Amino acid sequence: MKSWYQRPSHILSAIGVACVVVVIVGGRVKAAGEGSITGTVKLTGTAPHMKGIDMSKDPYCVSQHKTPVTMENVMVGSSGGLQNVVLYLSEGLSGSAASAVSSQEPTFDQKGCMYTPHVIAVNPDEKYKVTTSDQTTHNIHPLPAPGGGNIGWNKSQPPGAPPIENSWKNQEVAISVKCNIHPWMHGWHVVVRGPYAITDDNGNFTIKNVPAGSYTVTAWQEDLGTQTSKVTVAGGAAAKADFTFKAK
Amino acid sequence: MRTKILQTSLLVSAVVVLLCAASLAQVSDYQQKEWLNSTAASSHVGNIEGHAPDAAMSYRRYCLVCHGPLGDGNGESAQWLDPKPRDFTLGVFKCRSTPTGTLPTDQDLFDTIARGLDRSNMPQWSTFTKQERADLVAWIKHYSPRWQTEKPGAAIVVPPEPEVTADRIKAGQEVFNRVQCWKCHGVEGKANGPSASTLQDDLGRPILAYNFAEGGRFKCGETDSDLYKIFMTGLDGTPMPSFSDNIKPEEAWDLVFFLRTLQPFHSKAKELAKGLNLKPINPNAPPPSQ
Repeated sequence: MKSWYQRPSHILSAIGVACVVVVIVGGRVKAAGEGSITGTVKLTGTAPHMKGIDMSKDPYCVSQHKTPVTMENVMVGSSGGLQNVVLYLSEGLSGSAASAVSSQEPTFDQKGCMYTPHVIAVNPDEKYKVTTSDQTTHNIHPLPAPGGGNIGWNKSQPPGAPPIENSWKNQEVAISVKCNIHPWMHGWHVVVRGPYAITDDNGNFTIKNVPAGSYTVTAWQEDLGTQTSKVTVAGGAAAKADFTFKAK
Repeated sequence: MRTKILQTSLLVSAVVVLLCAASLAQVSDYQQKEWLNSTAASSHVGNIEGHAPDAAMSYRRYCLVCHGPLGDGNGESAQWLDPKPRDFTLGVFKCRSTPTGTLPTDQDLFDTIARGLDRSNMPQWSTFTKQERADLVAWIKHYSPRWQTEKPGAAIVVPPEPEVTADRIKAGQEVFNRVQCWKCHGVEGKANGPSASTLQDDLGRPILAYNFAEGGRFKCGETDSDLYKIFMTGLDGTPMPSFSDNIKPEEAWDLVFFLRTLQPFHSKAKELAKGLNLKPINPNAPPPSQ
């Protein structure tokens, strides 16, 4: 009689079991060692002039603003902090961390005929909501690049309409979103794998739930392009990464 | 001696060139065969099955001059045309029975070819036989990779058309005002709404809203159910969005009847509207206080 290791099928199943154990244990170890990356994104040089927006075509939009409204392409806060910069891990993510889908479900609101926030970030297949706080009809018209696997659509949202819930299939930095009725309205959906963050109005950010490891962090700004930085995250610790964009 | 070396090298390079050409031809031949054998290279319209290879000659003869050899809308004549010919490589089409963001059905494309697109340079291709049109549908589909990975959307359900009544026309005007069709099409449907002058298509080219008062054929058909489909699916690639989330099927028919009263044709809806004395709303009215 053959002993167990002489049968190829037995050896194969033993390897299979070992693999499953490694995957399970490996996953747990990683989950215990999650850290974060924090930092600040700043702009050096003179902040570009943001054009004013003329909303006079829609009296409702005008009525929603007491002060003049400007474009939001480059938003600089106190001490040069850059708002609406998306930070994500462009290199170094393991398979499971890259395919994890966040359950944050960000909201992209239309308020005072502006997108609030101006930029949202999501994982592929992560749900997001488009809502309207306005008493005027909008149409939401995302325009992903052709051939990238994300498909554009165009839906109306009259006053009081329920939220539109949707998701994007593939990574894409970034999808431009427009309203044809109010041509000044322009926002971005940034679809990235793995943990991500967006800077607040002072340029600060924290990427949470980052498994221990070495990464390339990419900072994306709609007009100023991207910056990268190599960061190593030790289990459970907070790593630091600061970025500086030069004004064009 | 010299001439002999020259002759030999010429011969060698000629052979190399020939070999290269032969292998390249084989590659393109292989790729062509691959897609021709795929299911995407056929179409189904009723009981007619279209085959892409059979459309090669008619595409070259009738379509290529505008839509281009690559199907990207960059044919020789495209530079003189406005609106521009459709770019088939994007797989985005105006006239669909399917929801926004989905592929049209074969029937939708088949109908578009026969109908043509008014106020564009796309004529009615009624001269084609049904088989030829079905073949062309299959051919058009091979230009976009979307058909390799996606199925057409499920056609929206158009309920049977109810009898037009004065109440329905009135209700239709309320829908028109509520979802604010007038933002682009104007309060009287004259394509002069506040946003009409800044409209752009997906490629950033200026585009006009439909003028109901002028009464031309719609881009996507002329029947009441065509009109129903236009605003419930939206015209992808243009500013016209889908209203299916915001207009119920019942209300959609009301809107159809009201829109008919804006056109300059004699119709039962128009006759009924005379007695209603409908007034367009004031687009510059102060916004409702909150």
